[in-house]
Amino acid sequence: MPTLVGHPDEVKVISRRFGMGAANIDKYIELDGYKAVQQAIAEGPEWIINTMKASGLRGRGGAGFPTGLKWSFVPKQSEKPKYVLVNGDESEPGTCKDHVLFLHDPHAVIEGTMIAGLAIGSKLGFIYLRGEYRYLLKIVEKAVADAYARGFLGKNIFGTGVDFDIITQTGAGAYEVGEESALMESLEGKRGVPRIKPPFPAVVGLYGGPTVINNAETIANAPHILLMGGEAYAKLGTERNGGTRLFGISGHVERPGVYELPMGYNLKKAIYEVAGGIKDGKNLKAVVPGGSSCPVLTADEIDVGLDFDQMAKAGTMLGSGGIVVLDETVSIVEFALRTIAFYQHESCGWCIPCREGTDWIKKTLTRVYEGGGSKKDVDNVQYLAENMMGRTFCPLGDAAAMPTLGFVKKFRKEFEDYIEGHKAGTPLITVQQLVGAGH
Amino acid sequence: MSTVANTIFSPELAARFDHLVTIYPLRRSALVPMLLYAQDEVGYISDAVVAEIAQRIGLLELDVRNVLSYYSMLRTKPAGKYNVQVCTNISCMLRGGYEILDHCKSKLGIGHKQVTPDGAFSLEEVECIGACCWAPAMQVNYDFHDNLTTIKVDEILENYRAGQGKDIK
Repeated sequence: MPTLVGHPDEVKVISRRFGMGAANIDKYIELDGYKAVQQAIAEGPEWIINTMKASGLRGRGGAGFPTGLKWSFVPKQSEKPKYVLVNGDESEPGTCKDHVLFLHDPHAVIEGTMIAGLAIGSKLGFIYLRGEYRYLLKIVEKAVADAYARGFLGKNIFGTGVDFDIITQTGAGAYEVGEESALMESLEGKRGVPRIKPPFPAVVGLYGGPTVINNAETIANAPHILLMGGEAYAKLGTERNGGTRLFGISGHVERPGVYELPMGYNLKKAIYEVAGGIKDGKNLKAVVPGGSSCPVLTADEIDVGLDFDQMAKAGTMLGSGGIVVLDETVSIVEFALRTIAFYQHESCGWCIPCREGTDWIKKTLTRVYEGGGSKKDVDNVQYLAENMMGRTFCPLGDAAAMPTLGFVKKFRKEFEDYIEGHKAGTPLITVQQLVGAGH
Repeated sequence: MSTVANTIFSPELAARFDHLVTIYPLRRSALVPMLLYAQDEVGYISDAVVAEIAQRIGLLELDVRNVLSYYSMLRTKPAGKYNVQVCTNISCMLRGGYEILDHCKSKLGIGHKQVTPDGAFSLEEVECIGACCWAPAMQVNYDFHDNLTTIKVDEILENYRAGQGKDIK
């Protein structure tokens, strides 16, 4: 069971009920639960969307699209029913924040879904968790059932004449399904492959109806934002990056965990102060800052603010907030191979550049890792990754190419030394041997 | 009472399936959850499971197989009673995920996607299970076990062997 850690620098908005038993509906209500949705019903869609816009909240799944704006794209009039789809298919390596959210505050996700539904004029929401989170689905299912029992869901919610239903389910193991259009395909009972865009889901989404798709953390922020006001939430963060977010700090740190920090918080401070610094007093080698798809930062590049814009300026991404810390013992060759092996396994095969590209990069890096590489292989890996960028329906191709390019560009010398070392017969020590031996 | 006369599922699951196909705007949406629930009860997606689910939703068996083959958690062969899934993705790898996997291999005497002769355990190396901050981690059926050490793994496996481990479905 995930353990909660804490730090004084945390600003608790979305995590303020964590560890307080808020999966219980009575506790949730005691802690201001279901107040925001009632206010939302009273104030109406325009107020909700304006408040969300004022909050500066940007999508927490990775892309960072402004949430209020996304909700405002849904046409007011529609012949087809509109839907809300909560993306809890969290599968990006390094990311485990929604796991904690579903465990500790499932009602916040439910209330957020209702608020999004009210904002766009939808009567049905779906909460879709990844297949591995079956034990969390049970917690969410219980929360939904409790909300129904109280008359908070179903017909005439809170006695206001408004109807809203929620369906919960899990997937069955496919990273690709975390991509919004693939998620819709999966929910419609098909293989989870992406759809071509446009049309965007806000216009043609689930079952052909206008659909808002948000990451679970994004949606769970909505009740907090409505209660505290959009401007107040925005002020917690930086310009164009409102509020706080959940960061999962993992890998070689003393205190790995999920922490809620203000947007713009310094990455170096997050690693050295919040997460307790590098494990066992070792030196930092590199950081993957926002989930495995984000280009790596070297140890001297981490003095940067954790928001979408500052990270982009630093040549990487804030992504899903999964910060993976690598100490000096890590072989980048091995790490790059493990990363691409994931994308090769998870490529749905729909687009050739992704399907073939991930496979060839994996094959090439495997050859290098096993000692049979040549310097030309590093060029080939770079060439393959560059040719995947922007050439696929969904961002999985980019998600595989971007970290690969980061590794080979920033650590080219290490790749070349590794290849030379093997030629000279130098014994190479792997992470497995170094880290594993101590456990 | 199920709407399907000769159901292979328990009365509870059959009733659940009857309900499940009615809640979505389209019946087909129930397919992925049904495959998972059926697998939990039967142990794997057998030909009979495919046939009945196709019938319940009103799809061709080919449509069901097409979806079945896509998702990594769905299997067409039996696993062990306790399916041990060890994560070796980056966050787990950095904190000894491969050592945990190797330890499970030697302890259980089986490799990736194999089942022990007594059918008690099966083993899989899996991609990220969303337990990065509590790495290294593994799942046994749907239960998470994190902050693993080889000693902790031994205790966990012993508990399951003794029938004391959790077995949530």
